[in-house]
Amino acid sequence: MSNGVIEDSQVIPAAEVEEVELYHAKSFITKWVFCQDAKVIAIQYSVTAIAIGLVGLVLSWLMRLQLGFPDVFSFIDAESYYQYVTMHGMIMVVYLLTALFLGGFGNYLIPLMVGARDMVFPYMNMLSYWIYLLATLILAASFFVPGGPTGAGWTLYPPQSISEGTPGINGGIILMLVSLAFFIIGFTMGGLNYVVTVLQARTRGMTLMRMPLTVWGIFVATILALLAFPALFVAAIMTLFDKLLGTSFFMPEMLVQGELGPHENGSPLLFQHLFWFFGHPEVYIVALPAFGVVSDIISTHARKNIFGYRMMVWAIVAIGGLSFIVWAHHMYVSGMNPYFGFFFATTTLIIAVPTALKLYNWVLTLYKGNIHLTIPMLFCVAFILTFLNGGITGLFLGNVIVDIPLSDTMFVVAHFHMVMGIAPVLVIFAAIYHWFPKMSGRMLHEGWGQFHFWVTFLGSYLIYFPMHYLGFVGVPRRYFEIGETSFVPESAVALNEFITIMVLIVGFAQVVFIINIIWSVFKGKPSGDNPWNSTTLEWQTATTPPGHGNFGKELPICYRWAYEYSLPGVKADFIPQNLAPDKIK
Amino acid sequence: MSIFNELTKKPWLADPSQIDGAPANQALFLPSGKVGLRVFLVVVTVVFLLTTIAYGDRMLFANWKSTPEPWVLWLNTFVLIASSVAMQWARNNTKRGNLTGVRDGLIFGGVLTISFLVGQLYGWQLMVESGYYAHTNTANAFFYLITALHGAHMIGGLIAWGRSLLKVREILRSNGSVSDVKLSVELCTTYWHYLLMIWLILFMLLLIS
Repeated sequence: MSNGVIEDSQVIPAAEVEEVELYHAKSFITKWVFCQDAKVIAIQYSVTAIAIGLVGLVLSWLMRLQLGFPDVFSFIDAESYYQYVTMHGMIMVVYLLTALFLGGFGNYLIPLMVGARDMVFPYMNMLSYWIYLLATLILAASFFVPGGPTGAGWTLYPPQSISEGTPGINGGIILMLVSLAFFIIGFTMGGLNYVVTVLQARTRGMTLMRMPLTVWGIFVATILALLAFPALFVAAIMTLFDKLLGTSFFMPEMLVQGELGPHENGSPLLFQHLFWFFGHPEVYIVALPAFGVVSDIISTHARKNIFGYRMMVWAIVAIGGLSFIVWAHHMYVSGMNPYFGFFFATTTLIIAVPTALKLYNWVLTLYKGNIHLTIPMLFCVAFILTFLNGGITGLFLGNVIVDIPLSDTMFVVAHFHMVMGIAPVLVIFAAIYHWFPKMSGRMLHEGWGQFHFWVTFLGSYLIYFPMHYLGFVGVPRRYFEIGETSFVPESAVALNEFITIMVLIVGFAQVVFIINIIWSVFKGKPSGDNPWNSTTLEWQTATTPPGHGNFGKELPICYRWAYEYSLPGVKADFIPQNLAPDKIK
Repeated sequence: MSIFNELTKKPWLADPSQIDGAPANQALFLPSGKVGLRVFLVVVTVVFLLTTIAYGDRMLFANWKSTPEPWVLWLNTFVLIASSVAMQWARNNTKRGNLTGVRDGLIFGGVLTISFLVGQLYGWQLMVESGYYAHTNTANAFFYLITALHGAHMIGGLIAWGRSLLKVREILRSNGSVSDVKLSVELCTTYWHYLLMIWLILFMLLLIS
């Protein structure tokens, strides 16, 4: 619109546009490498994220080997241990979970689910992936520079992160910060695509309130990420200034070997505020897409409409808004004003309300549903339990009075792994088992899937339930070696050994999962177009996997919301979103 | 479309009007490019807002020592205002269908922007020559940080500007229509005005501190 005049070409719905100008690949390189098709970009994002995620997984094994069997593995020293901790945390949170949920599922599902041919800015979308890959390679390069990667902890708090004595003080921390800056630039390019595609490129009839909750989750999470990542960007750039130019944004005056250091009166607390202004919304950047995916999968596999759709949408939006005013609950022990503590404890309790509401709605969706215990459904039910567990311990830690004694203990590690590690990863598995048939045209192997699910689900609980106990008895986190500490009981040592063995077993199950994917791509049972009898548009494509432009010659028209299951008086137990009313039997 | 009306709809009820309503699939009656730019400007706003908040926070420290702004910043500010005016001139020419006017406006705007960036570098040089290094005072550090962030965004704008200029050249050669470049010029102009506004706020902040 310009000068208040709407031009015809600007308001014609996509479905009425005769032929949308699409990017057409002309060679193998432009089709599979520098490709602008969102589906290919999604797979590129997913493969990269899973590859770097596997590095993160191996790092967790190394960490656990040290904690379970200290002094046994000579190649693990205190320095490398902290490097494993740092890289594991950052890789899993940013480079795996964020990239996979938004870059992977976002790219694959948004255009298909809203009935668009592609993202609205395909070239920028392609750039987004390549910048993400560059960021990942820069991060991985830090393993090979002298001194290795940074060991400052995943929060990269100054002054430690850039002070002498911290592992990776020369190359490692610089590469980490540069990598984060690139990641954020790349993500912004992708994020603009996701938001604008949802707002502007939906097919006819696909109103906002007819969108599947997966799209709502990814959409709001992307908005959160676009608003939250700048805080990390600014923090990273300022830390780089402190490191490379000797400025004192965050670096306080310190004594170094008995003499005054080069910095003066920087504010480490300012970094913490910036970091957690990003860091807490980051939890929901990962959780909201997971919420959406779970809603769609349990509705499909319970053959029942999602309970309280409007409430679910409002809850996603409310959680998104509230996630920006809870950040300082990560900083209770930083010496903040008690009134601030009170404020952030209160907002933390408030954000639990819409979150709990979603949990109730999932359970009510299952209630009296025609539940099919498929692998995706199993993972979703496991998610509901796990998120409930992690959420409740989050309420513990959100209260100042409980948080202070538990701060810096293994309880915190157990809590955030349940709520932000295991829970979203269970959803990622659910989503892969659910949408793999659409991506490849083949089903994943059921037996291996069952093995993968039960070992992962039960194994995770055997890892993290004991870890809560370790926290309660006072076992501190971040310690390379507990040694003979008087307040740590003997049982903690045995429990650490047990946890480590379980970590290795659960890790092995992930190897089986990867093998299942590779095997099924070539040998899996053909899935057909819509193996789950699902209503949403991605299952109604003319071909499986969907071809270039997603929907063949004509875009689908959306006639209804995404949850029309088991309708009385209708022969089939589902009605696709694009089935015209006069064709319903 | 009111977002609040939309969010209160009951999608489980049949409503065929939602299919026949022409623009039902667009939340905003704008070209996607404009929506994309607006979303991007929100992101940029957050970057500068957080930098400003950090600046304000550090100013409260007892040992805060402000830094003198080099005189050239005043000149640079006028150059940036002129570049914004030139971009607006280019935009106005798209409405009049005057393609050579569009080209001239873009060239003026771009050259003035490059002059602004050179001027900012000269400002840095003046600071360094006077001994105001980044590491000697946090106010100096913020000066370099803020000008660098703003300059980086201007350089990003110049990439879009270059693409628009090439498009105009191509249209002039092929006797094409000005409408093919209208959106690009509009987006560039909006971005220039926005970055001018950001600079005026940042410059004011540097002056009052």
